[in-house]
Amino acid sequence: MNRTEPLVLGIETSCDETGIGIVRGTSLLSNTIASSMDEHARYGGVVPEIAARAHLDELVPAIDAAVAEAGIRLSDLDAIAVTCGPGLSGALMVGVGAAKALAVALDKPIYAVNHLVGHVGADLLRGPTSTNDTEPLEYPTIALLVSGGHTSLLLVRDLVSDVELLGETIDDAAGEAFDKVARLLGLPYPGGPQIDRVAFDGNPKAIRFPRGLSQPKDMAAHRYDFSFSGLKTSVARFVEQRQDAGEPVPTADVAASFREAVVDILLTKALAACADHDVPRLLLGGGVIANARLRQVATERTDAAGVVLRIPPLSLCTDNGAMIAALGAQLIMAGHEPSTLEFGADSTLPVGQIQV
Amino acid sequence: MLLAIDTSAGTSVAVVDLERGIIAERGEPDTMRHAEIVGPFILDCLREAKVTSADLSGVVGGMGPGPFTGLRVGIASASVFALGAGKPLVPVISHDAIAYGHYRRGHTGPLVVVTDARRREIYWSAYSEADAVGLPVRVGPPGLAKPAELDAPNWQHAGWPRLDAATVSAGELGLVAELSYAHRRPLAANEPLYLRSPDVTLSAGPKRVSR
Ligand SMILES: [Zn+2]
Repeated sequence: MNRTEPLVLGIETSCDETGIGIVRGTSLLSNTIASSMDEHARYGGVVPEIAARAHLDELVPAIDAAVAEAGIRLSDLDAIAVTCGPGLSGALMVGVGAAKALAVALDKPIYAVNHLVGHVGADLLRGPTSTNDTEPLEYPTIALLVSGGHTSLLLVRDLVSDVELLGETIDDAAGEAFDKVARLLGLPYPGGPQIDRVAFDGNPKAIRFPRGLSQPKDMAAHRYDFSFSGLKTSVARFVEQRQDAGEPVPTADVAASFREAVVDILLTKALAACADHDVPRLLLGGGVIANARLRQVATERTDAAGVVLRIPPLSLCTDNGAMIAALGAQLIMAGHEPSTLEFGADSTLPVGQIQV
Repeated sequence: MLLAIDTSAGTSVAVVDLERGIIAERGEPDTMRHAEIVGPFILDCLREAKVTSADLSGVVGGMGPGPFTGLRVGIASASVFALGAGKPLVPVISHDAIAYGHYRRGHTGPLVVVTDARRREIYWSAYSEADAVGLPVRVGPPGLAKPAELDAPNWQHAGWPRLDAATVSAGELGLVAELSYAHRRPLAANEPLYLRSPDVTLSAGPKRVSR
């Protein structure tokens, strides 16, 4: 196996994106994504069974497309990497079964890796579709990973050997909160872009929505944890009061104020982690990073705090197979042995377990 | 020579050949460990049969019917193995393997194959006979039913001998594929037989939080 610049195919099926990525070392050769998002729209959120069915339908076409785009043959690969958790169990299993079969068919080693750590690995990729041609990621770094499936704060001392979970959401993921509040405001799924659009004309200071787990009493047990269900309920109550009073709901102000609360709590906790651990670096990842206001406030606040901010290109922030391939390549380059074929899908895989 | 994979019940993997029959087979009735064991089973079967993917002429996938989470693991494995090996995927209906095995062991005449669909339902397929080459003749597509429906005297196949199966042999699945190919019988469609829509209920809208 080439351990200097390994050619790795990554398979990601933890949520609603079927992601196939191909990398050579840190060079991105293909980031092929088939999303079932449209099929979930009428239900207002990801339906696990619909996502899993879509993965099975999309897998072979996506691998074909990725191989064609990368201009390689499957037999050229040095290894297969696959997300084995955390994520939706039935969805993960499709990728795990497929990855094992591919590894045996090609007689190649397989690396079963952690989805969340993969989000951090995305930042290492360079190539035509990655504009991130700056200096390499430095350690340690704090990583804030925000999507419809997870909201996690990580301390990454080393990508392949030392990742610590500082905190995570204790109820909804931030992306889910966007979806639920969008529904309250009569906006379609997915909620993030809709809230962003409506919030454009709104006043983010119009309504003071609560910041979950930020009271002094929360700071001991939940210093780096997040909670968005109270915020969602608070928005619902506000909307109902207006409706009950027969008054118009100030949708733009609600959207802007809600978004401000989410962005505020995410960055307050992330920057607290940077300060507490004396780590002047913050990396963002996950689909919610597409939110323009989050990126804007992140830039302002990290500048003010003297923290270096890194945001991978958006195509690598949303769930994708390239980040999984990138993490697999890093493990190979660091001399790690492949996974044995017995691993399963682990929907609650702890973030400290980088490889299974 | 074919590699065959079925996860419509437990997990079963085999290497088969028209002349030599079932050359290697691994089975596990546990319905909770498909993703874990499918990889080792494929490797074991290939090693025991002393073949590599290049020696195969195709990969057989059991299309169900079967409970969806497990069923998908085998179909994903078979499809992607076929892609990796550069061989065709050969879809076979899993119940046909059960029926084929039963006829091969001496059964004659009509037969109803029944497997567990969970949620107090069953999957069934009805066969009129085995044909001259031993392939079961299914009289229609597999169905999903409440157990009581098959017991009703007016059920369309009432009185036919019934076989309740808890496992599917990938070896027999593979032999159905070999025989179908050799005798130019049509293959199944390349689509999983879930026979159930994804259970989702459309929400009536957000619930009130204040009273
Ligand atoms: Zn993710």
